[in-house]
Amino acid sequence: MIPEGGDPGHWLFIITSSVLALGVAASLVRLVQGPTLADRVVALDLIGFLLLGVLAAFSIVTQRPSVLFVVVVAALILFLGTAAFAIYLDRRWKQ
Amino acid sequence: MSPIDFVTAGLMFLGAFFGMIAGVGIVRMPDLYMRMQSATKAGTLGILCIVLAAATHFQTADVVIKASLTLLFLGGTAPIASHLIARAAYDSGVELWSKTRDDRGSTGRPAVHEAVDEGADAEGSGDSGTKA
Repeated sequence: MIPEGGDPGHWLFIITSSVLALGVAASLVRLVQGPTLADRVVALDLIGFLLLGVLAAFSIVTQRPSVLFVVVVAALILFLGTAAFAIYLDRRWKQ
Repeated sequence: MSPIDFVTAGLMFLGAFFGMIAGVGIVRMPDLYMRMQSATKAGTLGILCIVLAAATHFQTADVVIKASLTLLFLGGTAPIASHLIARAAYDSGVELWSKTRDDRGSTGRPAVHEAVDEGADAEGSGDSGTKA
């Protein structure tokens, strides 16, 4: 079912990443038309989550377990970015 | 084509499905706070399914450790980030949905907008609303 050689054009990866890309497209809509800055931050956060899912699916289909390190580190950096945005929102309100 | 491959493929499809549900929620929900719960919960569940699929596919010690680390970090940090954004947005006055019912006035606690407005200047005089 999953090839030994590691083929990124495998149907499993095509289906998974295109379904995740629908979610990315939906959150891009919210990123463009979000009425407040917090909406846009939430949409960016979700885009980062979905790209992490694409990366994990890529590591499964191409048989490269070391790509999962990228998923771990990117999850941490995503949290740092969102926390920085939240602090910025808070500070902008207090001025 | 072992049975474990079916588990892997099923977990990947389930994760992608939850990711798409998060995207639908972030467009269709009427309110920032509802959008945020949709994105955080469904998005986290989607990634956790795909990372679990990686753990069931490779079945080696280092992949299982990486998958548990991802589980731990994402499950620990996504609620914190969501809480930070929700608090900052609520403090800076992002509106609730017009049909949201606020019943905190009837339970003895101050209503939402009173609490926000009087929070700064009524601290020293001891607000009686919270004691009731």
